[in-house]
Amino acid sequence: MSEARTNATPTAPTAPLTTPSVTTLPDTASWHDGVVAAVTEGARFAGLYADRDRLIAVLDGDHGFELIETTIERDADGTASYPSLSNEVPPAFWYERAAYDLSGLIPTGHPRPDPLLLPLHPGSDRPAPGAPVTDLGALIVSADTDAPGPVDLRGHGLLTLMFGPVRSGVSESIEFLIETPGEDIPHLNIRPHFKHRGIAKRFEALAPQDAVLVAERVEGIASVAHALAFSHAVESAAGTRVPPRARLLRVVYAELERIANHLECAMRLSDAAGLSVAIARFAWHKELVMRTMSTLTGSRFGRGAVIPGGVRAPRVDPVVAFDADWSRLRNRILDDRRRVMRTSSFLDRLRGTGVLDADYARRWALVGPIGRASAHAVDARWQHPYDGYRSLPLPAEPALDTDGDARARLRVRWQEVDTSFDLIERAVVALDQIEDSRWSGDRPVTVPDGPALGVAEGPQGEVLYSVRFEGGVIARCLARSPALHDLVAFHDAFHTDVFTDFAFIEASFGLSYAGVAM
Amino acid sequence: MAWAPHGLANGTVTTKWPRRPDAYFDDFPASVEVVVPEDAAPAADAAVLAAANACPTRAIAVEAGEVSLDRGRCILCGRCTRLAPETFRFEPGSATASLGREGLIVGAHEENDEALQRLRADLKARVRHLGRSVHIRHVDAGSDGSDEWELQALSSPVYDIHRLGIFFTASPRHADILMVTGIGTDGMAGPLRRTLDGMPEPIVVMAVGTDAVSGGLVGGGYTDGIGIAPRLASGGRGVDVWVPGSPASPFSVLHGILLALGRVDESGLRTRRGGRA
Ligand code: SF4
Repeated sequence: MSEARTNATPTAPTAPLTTPSVTTLPDTASWHDGVVAAVTEGARFAGLYADRDRLIAVLDGDHGFELIETTIERDADGTASYPSLSNEVPPAFWYERAAYDLSGLIPTGHPRPDPLLLPLHPGSDRPAPGAPVTDLGALIVSADTDAPGPVDLRGHGLLTLMFGPVRSGVSESIEFLIETPGEDIPHLNIRPHFKHRGIAKRFEALAPQDAVLVAERVEGIASVAHALAFSHAVESAAGTRVPPRARLLRVVYAELERIANHLECAMRLSDAAGLSVAIARFAWHKELVMRTMSTLTGSRFGRGAVIPGGVRAPRVDPVVAFDADWSRLRNRILDDRRRVMRTSSFLDRLRGTGVLDADYARRWALVGPIGRASAHAVDARWQHPYDGYRSLPLPAEPALDTDGDARARLRVRWQEVDTSFDLIERAVVALDQIEDSRWSGDRPVTVPDGPALGVAEGPQGEVLYSVRFEGGVIARCLARSPALHDLVAFHDAFHTDVFTDFAFIEASFGLSYAGVAM
Repeated sequence: MAWAPHGLANGTVTTKWPRRPDAYFDDFPASVEVVVPEDAAPAADAAVLAAANACPTRAIAVEAGEVSLDRGRCILCGRCTRLAPETFRFEPGSATASLGREGLIVGAHEENDEALQRLRADLKARVRHLGRSVHIRHVDAGSDGSDEWELQALSSPVYDIHRLGIFFTASPRHADILMVTGIGTDGMAGPLRRTLDGMPEPIVVMAVGTDAVSGGLVGGGYTDGIGIAPRLASGGRGVDVWVPGSPASPFSVLHGILLALGRVDESGLRTRRGGRA
């Protein structure tokens, strides 16, 4: 079994997360240089967004999370621009396009300043998250849906294949344009805007207890992780102490969600390989995990279970929910995992497929199983431990691999499933021994004005909320999903792979497109 | 390693519903009920008003002292059941689909039986010609991703809709049922319209999940997503079956499909047509 946590978390703060440190720089040039310098010195780039005319970069450095911000002065004609980060800080690539779409801030020198989340009809207003809207109904901005995607490569023998937005079977809507001269895939263009729901704006003016319900729907397959990350932001701002039982039950929910998601990934990889029995078995296991979640919470996705300040009381005693059947389920999953990892027809398709090397993962600051399979050890449970992860024994380090291919991503997930089962088991035992019977704090949570930040490690990776409160409600909320952060690497996972690897690479990424389109 | 003999040799995992009852179908808290006291309309006391005000999707209406709840807006957050437990409570049971949008409104609400009869007769005429196998085309029009998980689960050995002759198909041309999830974003208006245009008659359209029914909690913002009905109406189609839920659970979706096909009724009991299925 896993080794107990040693001193693997030397920088673990005493409180899970404190208010982020905020550095305000006088102009966009010094902002650009400041962010580049911090990243060069080793800070991890975790996101970029606009709050009205303020441009904010989120970094994770030696002293925890830091916001580096500046205010953009508009030109006489109203345009707002700043020197793009993307050439020096690659992962800014999509964020800068998103900030342009939503807030109209132009990244000068961006290698490809095309719309990403919201291609507007000419003349449409921009939603401008952070700016108060008096009449929400009047703000209907329109996306130009029928325009064909930009085609980058033109030349003899080039074939453009369009996948989506409506694809075969049951899938989320997204479009991939694949431009290929025959078997190789030299270029891929990802267009997630079809299902852009305007998430950022939806958070605004909501009190924390309402906003957490929106957070659960940003990436519906990681509802618990989003509710946790958002609640952490609220709790750190409000100085709320979460009761011990709630901290443990949060771990149970988060790890159930992780197991279900990782089984989904195994299922989709089996599907790509045509292993019908494996698909059926993993689907069966996943269903039982989701039923356990619904036994405890009333929701198969654990919705409504995590609230700022704690959790709702479970519907049944967790000791009852995790009975002998649960142990049998664990063993069956273990059996099937061994079997699939010994099926050579399966492994042959995964090995060397969709490789992202360690240097790439570090430069693009990839999170989640995608990053960890390429030796980039980002996992909030270790680096910013919260809730029950602070007291339960964790392995010395997060699951890691160095191969960076689809097989490595699956191996990392299997290792995490092991840890998830261990954590659930220990959390349930520990729950039984706690005298404090409270599931949430006794005082209503009230938030002071100002910035707050919260993270949680979801199945797909770090979920991050950067929030500005004003008058007890949300004035601006960045819901940064791991999907938006990592999907950009999909462009670069195809170097030499044949076209038929597409399904394997997509399944091995295992990302939610709702979380990309926002 | 051989997979074939391994199979699912751990007993029967597949539900027998609708031929036999299924405990998970019956127990899952898929909706909120308005408790109507005997001989009286549900009381609109202070607790009920507080619940109506606290509902994040404005699903509860209090008019002239009478209470109703629109399951097509409800996201099952449970807030009303905590604030006014005498009036609102979670209802076990997955038979939540309805043939009319009105049918999702419960409590002090006049059910228009005539209208429902008409819907039923119209649908019956359209599905009469369907063969024993029925093909479904799914389109995501702005979901949060959870709805798709629940639809995929229908093909798992636990629900195994193939046993009922129901299949998801890749091509709109071979589809009998169009199933739409998500709030109906502006960006999906075009792709949704093109999918509809590619479908033959007769078709059944299903709005699956509270997002698709009304826009749910996330809809209604600047992408104009207030459910899929307005998107379809512009193409001259209506929604035939409404399945609430945030997301709708696999059993609720299955109830909706079989309701559309006339094989079960609103309460999930088999009809005569269902008898041979
Ligand atoms: S359970 Fe439904 S009706 Fe009740 S408050 Fe929540 S969303 Fe509203």
